[in-house]
Amino acid sequence: MNNSQINRLKDKTFNYFGIFCTLIGLVILAFFIGSIFYDGLRRIDWDFLTSLPSRKAEKAGILTAWVGSIWIVIFTFIIVVPLGISAGIYLEEYAKKSRLSSLIEVNISNLAGVPSIIYGLLSLEIFVRLFGMGNSILAGSCTLALLVLPIVIVATREALKAVPHSIRAASYALGASKWQTVWEQVLPASFGGILTGVILAISRAVGETAPLIVIGALLYVPFTPSSPMDEFTVLPIQIFNWISRPQHEFTTNAAAAIILLLLITFIMNGVAVYFRNKWQKKINW
Amino acid sequence: MENVLEAKNVNVFYGDFQALKNINMKFKKNAVTALIGPSGCGKSTYLRLFNRMNDYIDSFNMQGDIMVENKNIYNKEIVVEELRKKIGMVFQKPNPFPKSIFENVAYGLKIQGVTNKAVLKNAVRKALQQAALWDEVKLDLDKSALALSGGQQQRLCIARTLAVEPSIILMDEPTSALDPIATAKVEELIRELKQKYTIIIVTHNMQQASRISDYTAFFYMGEMIEYNKTDTIFTNPQHERTQNYITGRFG
Repeated sequence: MNNSQINRLKDKTFNYFGIFCTLIGLVILAFFIGSIFYDGLRRIDWDFLTSLPSRKAEKAGILTAWVGSIWIVIFTFIIVVPLGISAGIYLEEYAKKSRLSSLIEVNISNLAGVPSIIYGLLSLEIFVRLFGMGNSILAGSCTLALLVLPIVIVATREALKAVPHSIRAASYALGASKWQTVWEQVLPASFGGILTGVILAISRAVGETAPLIVIGALLYVPFTPSSPMDEFTVLPIQIFNWISRPQHEFTTNAAAAIILLLLITFIMNGVAVYFRNKWQKKINW
Repeated sequence: MENVLEAKNVNVFYGDFQALKNINMKFKKNAVTALIGPSGCGKSTYLRLFNRMNDYIDSFNMQGDIMVENKNIYNKEIVVEELRKKIGMVFQKPNPFPKSIFENVAYGLKIQGVTNKAVLKNAVRKALQQAALWDEVKLDLDKSALALSGGQQQRLCIARTLAVEPSIILMDEPTSALDPIATAKVEELIRELKQKYTIIIVTHNMQQASRISDYTAFFYMGEMIEYNKTDTIFTNPQHERTQNYITGRFG
């Protein structure tokens, strides 16, 4: 074999190796989803969605869990959006480049990597005890908002950075103030990117379990919450609860709940991708 | 003719680097003044002094006075937003906002608080007519400005500047990103605009300077070498450097 044949062989070998690596992930995921659907799909019906939890598996429903998840999502959204976007705007558009600002930058990136249970412990002390929120929806939303805040800040900054400097210059040159420039030009132009970041952050929050367990979200809630100060449970905690039961029937319930949770995150990610594509098409610098 | 703009003993530094060295210049009203010179000679920096666009550069530092209507625009009491309504700017690359044609032209007035629809409509039409773009876009004012051709975008940017009704327009190589036909249109426009406006234009293109300007200043390494009527500069330059540059021996 001469040199070029060896090189072609290497090429081919890596090609197949690459296909193998790609398939491993896909096959495992497909197997997982397949078995979940096999176990859980027949369990999903109207009763399952509208029933309260019960000691008997066949009677148990996930009404409180998905309603709790929706409460949590809405309040997390309300808390994290103004905080994250404002912080992103400040850091990208207003903050002068200094040691302090680069220190803050590094720390925000680091915060995104802190294990979620740490956020739970922090929130237990601050929101639940110090602020006296108890194990309420509000405390849970604050916890999750804190957890995904770095994601929103980083996404906002990236989206703002993608707006060409010439747009800002054009706005300033017409006599616009910084605030007008940011509000009228830069933010609308980066809206798609920011929205994508927010949706991805929220879909991460939907799936979080550990920090909510730490702050005292309940495993068994026989009522749907009616105010942000009520106690609550969420889908992943309900799944965790059912999985840990010894009776086999509860596993079916868990599979059904997992399908629902997957559906919610897939839809949210889908919406994020849709918005990203839509805005990218509209704005072609 | 009266002077509308004056630079007095202007020195500009970027950190340790001196970009402009002791510039003294007066600009005539309703005339086109061209700033020419090789890349990096400081002509763009100089142009951007007049609407304080250099303020956004961290290491920027300036000494001297820029007088507009006998007021130093670098004084503390000058509100820079107000200044920029009087002194408009057109940039090197067309930079329309990613909005409709109408919104692009109306933006300058909207941020001043004008909300009356009829007033905005009128102003937009007038500005687009002045920029010789009205006939091409009057039927699709709601179309995205990014869908226009490069030359149309640049005339839109000029219209956007005119809508604010400035008295001085700064142009930073406004045709360098355009094809020859679009360039010719913009040049014709500049010749018409000087009846009402004072125009200062930076250009790399010496033919362009000789075609459209009344006065020309030649910059080299941060110094203003020669400033005179355009005819004189191109036919009878006083300095050898100017001679060499305009005949294409360097630059």
